[in-house]
Amino acid sequence: MLQKQNNKRGAWIALLCVAALLILVMVLENTIKPTHMLFTVLKKGAVYALVACSMNLLNGFTGLFSLGQAGFMLVGAYTYAILTIPVADRDAVYYLYNGSALKFSLPDLFGGANSPVGLILGVLIALVLAGCMSALIAWLIGLPVLRLKSDYLAIATLGFGEIVRSVLQWDKLGPVTNGANALKNFPTFSSFNIKNASGEVIFRLSAFVPFLLAAVCIGIIVLLINSSYGRAFKAIREDEVAAEAMGINLAQHKRLSFCISSFFAGVGGGMFAMFANQAQAKTFTTAMTYEFLLIVVIGGIGSISGSCIASFLYVAASEWWLRFLDSETYLFNGTFKVPFLRTGFRMVVFSIIIMIVVLFFRRGIMGDKELFDLFRPRKPKQMAKAGDHNG
Amino acid sequence: MAEHVLRLDDVTMQFGGVVAVNNLSLEVNQGEIVALIGPNGAGKTTAFNCITGVYEPTNGQVSLMGEIIVSNHPQGKMKESYAGENLGKYTQVVSHTPDQITQKGIARTFQNIRLFSALTVFDNVLIAKHMRAKQNVFSATFRFNAKEERRMREEAMALLEEQNLVHLKDEVAGSLPYGLQRRLEIARALATDPKLLLLDEPAAGMNPQETQELTDFIRQTRDKYHLTVFMIEHHMDLVMQISERIYVLDFGKLIAKGTPDQVQNDQRVIEAYLGVADDAED
Repeated sequence: MLQKQNNKRGAWIALLCVAALLILVMVLENTIKPTHMLFTVLKKGAVYALVACSMNLLNGFTGLFSLGQAGFMLVGAYTYAILTIPVADRDAVYYLYNGSALKFSLPDLFGGANSPVGLILGVLIALVLAGCMSALIAWLIGLPVLRLKSDYLAIATLGFGEIVRSVLQWDKLGPVTNGANALKNFPTFSSFNIKNASGEVIFRLSAFVPFLLAAVCIGIIVLLINSSYGRAFKAIREDEVAAEAMGINLAQHKRLSFCISSFFAGVGGGMFAMFANQAQAKTFTTAMTYEFLLIVVIGGIGSISGSCIASFLYVAASEWWLRFLDSETYLFNGTFKVPFLRTGFRMVVFSIIIMIVVLFFRRGIMGDKELFDLFRPRKPKQMAKAGDHNG
Repeated sequence: MAEHVLRLDDVTMQFGGVVAVNNLSLEVNQGEIVALIGPNGAGKTTAFNCITGVYEPTNGQVSLMGEIIVSNHPQGKMKESYAGENLGKYTQVVSHTPDQITQKGIARTFQNIRLFSALTVFDNVLIAKHMRAKQNVFSATFRFNAKEERRMREEAMALLEEQNLVHLKDEVAGSLPYGLQRRLEIARALATDPKLLLLDEPAAGMNPQETQELTDFIRQTRDKYHLTVFMIEHHMDLVMQISERIYVLDFGKLIAKGTPDQVQNDQRVIEAYLGVADDAED
């Protein structure tokens, strides 16, 4: 009973923290100048956090080593983009294919992307559909692929990502996917900034919106993990044979986890398109999947808060803090050229940092603990004694 | 018929050219404790795996409370290489995955303990409650199943209380001492509300005192939950004390069956298996 109360209090504390964070983002956004690097990091970090959590659900909690995340994001990004490009802009975007095959746009159905209702409803529905599309495809490829285990599953899903990328760039699908060209002009995070009549921004929400979306989605993932189904997933991770002997239908639960993970990867893909202001198949490479894998490993396999923290650290390091390594720098009035600093050196340093993390913090930042666990009072050690006595 | 909780008819399991279980027929009645013994490699665990759906037997059938849960006959390539008996006696094919068999009321433990070792003791038992829950993934995620979840937790807690594991409920299962891990594995099996409990060497690695405790524990559990127990065991003290009937397996074949006394005095059993024990008695 005591434990239950503790859990309930923990949930409230976590909720309050998230709310405080959201308000902080909103305040920061309207005080600091909007071109600051911080906001790129916040927006991209939020998107990455969501996708990393979805990957953690599969890799960390269900024990299925899948590398299809970029593929599912791609499906989500394209679904979102195709559904939300305003009808008026379609001819311009699809100019190579004489206009789009789809003659409608979700925001337009609700009064256009310039009205708040049309924007919010259109974007939300498109994101949900993006997730559903990913989940549907996950279900289909899950039928054959989920019979595989560990590295074999990783290779199969990796292949899936490559296939999706090629198929979406296929010329014949051009009227729908715009071939190898980028999809653009759809509502992005900046569309949510509140503007006055003359088009000036009076209140910024472009970092708040991805935070809110990611927070809601990650919240759902956390709820799932702590539910009976989440426990069943963990059981499968721990021991498949025992889980099956306890009446857990392996095929069904693996598929469920795979689809849910893909759903959120799809939503994350849609959000990534919003962040990047365009959706283009060639950006969703295998390297992107490895980014998420890195985040999950650095954050701690099996820790949602670890994945979130690691996402922001990773994005901040790669986009902001280590940027200076990529530009040639001259000190002392240009007489001294700092050695090594040139394009590409950032990735070298980055790899070294990752190696250090993997070597010395093998279990990642958080291990399999959550942030909340760190503040939980340690219980007295008498339990262990009782155990020794019995043994 | 109905009194047979478990019934095996001519179960044969052939791996390639090796017949691991050959023509095994046995029945376990309501409320009995029955042991399956035999030297190492006799096919005892294979027989268990055939019952629980881990393996599909090559020939023969298994029924639970009169319902056929497993049935198979040699097919394809196996038709030519089949080395067992009763070819053509069974034509039906019934197969279930292990989780479906657990659903039907057979729970098992494993020879080498298979707990969810990184999870807590409480979670281990709670996971076994998942199977019988009526929730779906949406109601579970969004907590519309609060009532059911509370019931699952209460039942899991009650089970831990009965097994004297409550004080350890937040410990990581893998950190428990061996004897307690065994007890937890049985508690977890009981959480699936079984009719029949299969124990695969429950006393393996236990000292005499722990074995004695286990003997009492199995008997109490049987009485309390109105279970039927079918177990594999090597500890002869335990087997002779607790079981009402014993089946002896050697090289996959049933060589004797009967009460502990009958089996102990059976010449073939002594030759195959109890020869060592016989020497010790002299």
